Amino acid sequence: MTCPEEIVEYMHDYLDEEISSDSERILKGHLQSCEDCRNYLYELKKAVSYVKVPASITVSSDFTERVMASLPQEAKKKGKLKGWMMGHPVVSAAALFLVLISGAMLTSWNQGEDFSVTRQSNLIVENHTVIVPEGKTVKGDILVRNGDIKIEGRVQGDVTVINGDRYLASAGSVTGDIKEIDQAFEWLWYKIKTSAKEVSSYITTNSFQ
Amino acid sequence: MEVLIKDKIKQVLKGNQNAYSYIVEEYKDKVFYLCYRMIGNRHEAEDLAQEAFLKAYVNIKSFNLNMKFSTWIYRIATNLCIDRIRKKKPDYYLDAEIAGTDGLNMYSQLASDTESPENEVESMEMQETIQNEILKLPEKYRSVIILKYIEDLSLKEISDPLDLPVGTVKTRIHRGREALRLQLRHL
Ligand SMILES: [Zn+2]
Repeated sequence: MTCPEEIVEYMHDYLDEEISSDSERILKGHLQSCEDCRNYLYELKKAVSYVKVPASITVSSDFTERVMASLPQEAKKKGKLKGWMMGHPVVSAAALFLVLISGAMLTSWNQGEDFSVTRQSNLIVENHTVIVPEGKTVKGDILVRNGDIKIEGRVQGDVTVINGDRYLASAGSVTGDIKEIDQAFEWLWYKIKTSAKEVSSYITTNSFQ
Repeated sequence: MEVLIKDKIKQVLKGNQNAYSYIVEEYKDKVFYLCYRMIGNRHEAEDLAQEAFLKAYVNIKSFNLNMKFSTWIYRIATNLCIDRIRKKKPDYYLDAEIAGTDGLNMYSQLASDTESPENEVESMEMQETIQNEILKLPEKYRSVIILKYIEDLSLKEISDPLDLPVGTVKTRIHRGREALRLQLRHL
């Protein structure tokens, strides 16, 4: 028995499920009478079924993590923050507010490198050192920036020294708090607390009107 | 599923990088498996799969939203594998050996409580042999055979990622199947 030339092609078309009904009829008719071709088709099917055997191999459990870590860094930060913010709108608004505030604060911190002191009566200023003279009373808070303070008299209020030292003489006294702020961060914190006070006093004031 | 993926892609396009992790989770197994079958080495397959996802991310703006994401990621992964195969022809058999070892470790972990040791060794050796025979196929037959029988894609779905006419895909499958018949007939 001779095999039609195109019979192997029909087998492939049959395996691809793309065989025409005419060709299928020819193929089936031939297979019934030809053992070699039956065997040939069997071998093709066997090869396919072997290839389909799944390999017992799975991807590492940290694969996704590693992919995410490999993504371009800059875009990642942006995307991460943005994604997070989309999920937490209220917190984000608060955080954004803080970021904006602190941005402004840090700017004022960086800019404020000059010596300055709150204007109060009875204060003496000598070479970036503020003196509360012995026997004198300063009524109100004193803020000294980029300078020192020597307290020999009385202060009825808070004393805050930013980037400087304070010296409290034995005769001197301060009725309020005495604070030294040396770091930008602390300065920032100080400003936030002050702003918060201002905000709450603003709210209080307005709620009475 | 496609709708969900498209939604995630849109989020990635808007700059939400985290949305991409969902896409990776969804396709990592198939992409890894494709690379493993193409390359035969677990570590290299993971590297290639990772590279494919990175490449897809970097080029996400050029992704056509009318297309299936799977088609796109398969294309990227297949091309990366073919490049790798072409670069490293001389190391070919060494890799096939490593692949077998990996399969063994994984298999002993997974199958230990479901199959008897004899069956285990038999299946394991079988897997190794099959993988080695797939690796012997020239890459142009290997990729179509893997996409058809391992990723279970239709001829049309294979022609898209490979940028080949359906007729060419069909011819390559026939030839690949023919080669496998000769290689596996004695098993
Ligand atoms: Zn015949």
